[in-house]
Amino acid sequence: MNVRVAGVERIVKRLSGLRRVRRAGGSEFAIETLIRVLGFSTIGFVLLIFLFLLREGIPVFFETTLDNLFGQQWYPTFDLLGTLPILLGSMLVTVTAIAIALPLGVLTAVFIREVAPEWTRDVLKPIIEVLAGIPSVVLGFFGMTVLAPFLRESLGIPTGLTAFTGALLLAYMALPTIISVAEDALDAVPKGYRDAALAMGATEWQTIWRVVLPAARSGVVTAVMLGMGRAIGETMAVMMVTGNAARMPLSLDSLFRPIRTMTATIAAEMGEVAQGSVHYHALFGVGIILFVLTFGINLMAASAILKKRRRGGLR
Amino acid sequence: MPSRLSAVWLVLLRALFLLALLVIIPLLSGCARSRPTGVQAVSGTSPETIENKGSDTIVNVALAWAEDYVREYPEVRISVTGGGSGTGIAAMINGTVDIANASRQMKPEEINAAEANGISPKEFIIAQDAIAVVVNPSNPVDKLTIQQISDIYTGKITNWEQLGGEDRPIVLLSRESNSGTYVYFLENVIRMGEDSDLLFAPDTLLMPSSEGISAEVRQNPNAIGYDGLGYVTPDQKMVAIAESADGPYVLPSVDAVNDGSYPISRPLYMYTAGEPSGQIKAYLDWILTDGQQLVLELGFVPLR
Repeated sequence: MNVRVAGVERIVKRLSGLRRVRRAGGSEFAIETLIRVLGFSTIGFVLLIFLFLLREGIPVFFETTLDNLFGQQWYPTFDLLGTLPILLGSMLVTVTAIAIALPLGVLTAVFIREVAPEWTRDVLKPIIEVLAGIPSVVLGFFGMTVLAPFLRESLGIPTGLTAFTGALLLAYMALPTIISVAEDALDAVPKGYRDAALAMGATEWQTIWRVVLPAARSGVVTAVMLGMGRAIGETMAVMMVTGNAARMPLSLDSLFRPIRTMTATIAAEMGEVAQGSVHYHALFGVGIILFVLTFGINLMAASAILKKRRRGGLR
Repeated sequence: MPSRLSAVWLVLLRALFLLALLVIIPLLSGCARSRPTGVQAVSGTSPETIENKGSDTIVNVALAWAEDYVREYPEVRISVTGGGSGTGIAAMINGTVDIANASRQMKPEEINAAEANGISPKEFIIAQDAIAVVVNPSNPVDKLTIQQISDIYTGKITNWEQLGGEDRPIVLLSRESNSGTYVYFLENVIRMGEDSDLLFAPDTLLMPSSEGISAEVRQNPNAIGYDGLGYVTPDQKMVAIAESADGPYVLPSVDAVNDGSYPISRPLYMYTAGEPSGQIKAYLDWILTDGQQLVLELGFVPLR
């Protein structure tokens, strides 16, 4: 991805050179305005979506009590709309998925960028991009028919449809994002850093671990955050393998018990809900929670970059 | 430097865009379920078009009816859509469909909403459906009372040993809460038709599809599930059910439903906005007579 950014920068530089030559010209202004409008419209769309969510979701706060909304029972057919179990369910799956995908993804990125020979890199990169293209419903089906029975038998748990099964699939889905963003971050570390470290007598491993990775830290944090955003918003695969039981995941073995996530709840129930009912508004309320969470995660990812820049580091 | 700034903007915009997608996709996947599974390419404005929408339980049999009927009467076009009982009834109330399919009766609120719209819905019972309770074929338990099933699904009984089976935990499977089958099972089996506030245990796995239930029952010896008779595949074991411990235990079948000995069966409905007339009436009349033989082929129970 960063390669693409670098490419854009090069074009921008080239264009800004041109601009100095022929400064005047209406078409230039028109195109610039168009691009600006298109850019800002993205933000506009997000705002509109958020406003829509608010409009549809806010009424639930007036239609039922706060006690009910933050209660522990999610039985929407009977207007028991406690969001706590599904909120915790989503978090449990996402955090576990990242705990699995973070070391794997970062180490894979290090391998591809720092260790692997040129030809291995050329083979691995496209393969990882293909991973990102596997539809989640295919992974979900695999999880349901292969992974779940395998986990049930090998771990001796009552059912294989658990938070852990979902976390494994999500980790798999977040990996391509984490690998490619982390790899771009490693790529952005100047060659001089490595040369200097090696010249000082550091081994390859010491160079990677003590110099290159810390220098790319902000990019790696971004990678994890984006991976997390991918994981928390994933719906189909999670719905197929986590069992969708809205229980409170508080006991120690919760990871190996079924849970229900917010995304699966919305997807499973939105199709049937009567428009304008309490349940309908509650589902949009869950959408608001999800939106705020992903927004926060992405904001953290963006601020990690900004902070690093302010400190005068790389990127 | 402007180039650095643009890099930050790109990342920010990318993040925002991703986030927008994250929100839209769950919503879309919700909407996507109500997309037509239609039989006919329909122009929509033709006076000969019958719009038929609702229950996912009924959608297969409704499609079969539509195909057969159109073959016999080519001047009629019928468009069949799933989406769930509530969706179909809401569409009928809004006047966007002619016939709503429902695996449950209309709720009082829905009837009120219809009357507020100047519509008095007419109910037709179009077939019967037995709800089968299924377990893994290796499970030695082969008969249960309604009381026992209720205790299992409310979490009072948690081990198959308590029912004369092996020492295994019980894994509860149910359809999603938007399913008419879910509501029927809750009211007539878990609550045993009485006015109580019993609910499915929170540990109950809500499967998004019939296939989800059969896949889990097929491979997991701990599982118990329920579904319409028409959706039970041969690799699941049906349990014989009795109303009380000394009563006869009956396996679900077409005959058992017809002679009333199988305790958990329910009617399936179609609703029209007011008394049907013209093509819609002709179609419903056909369903209630000639159409009944198709019901049997699809695993439902025809009307007597």
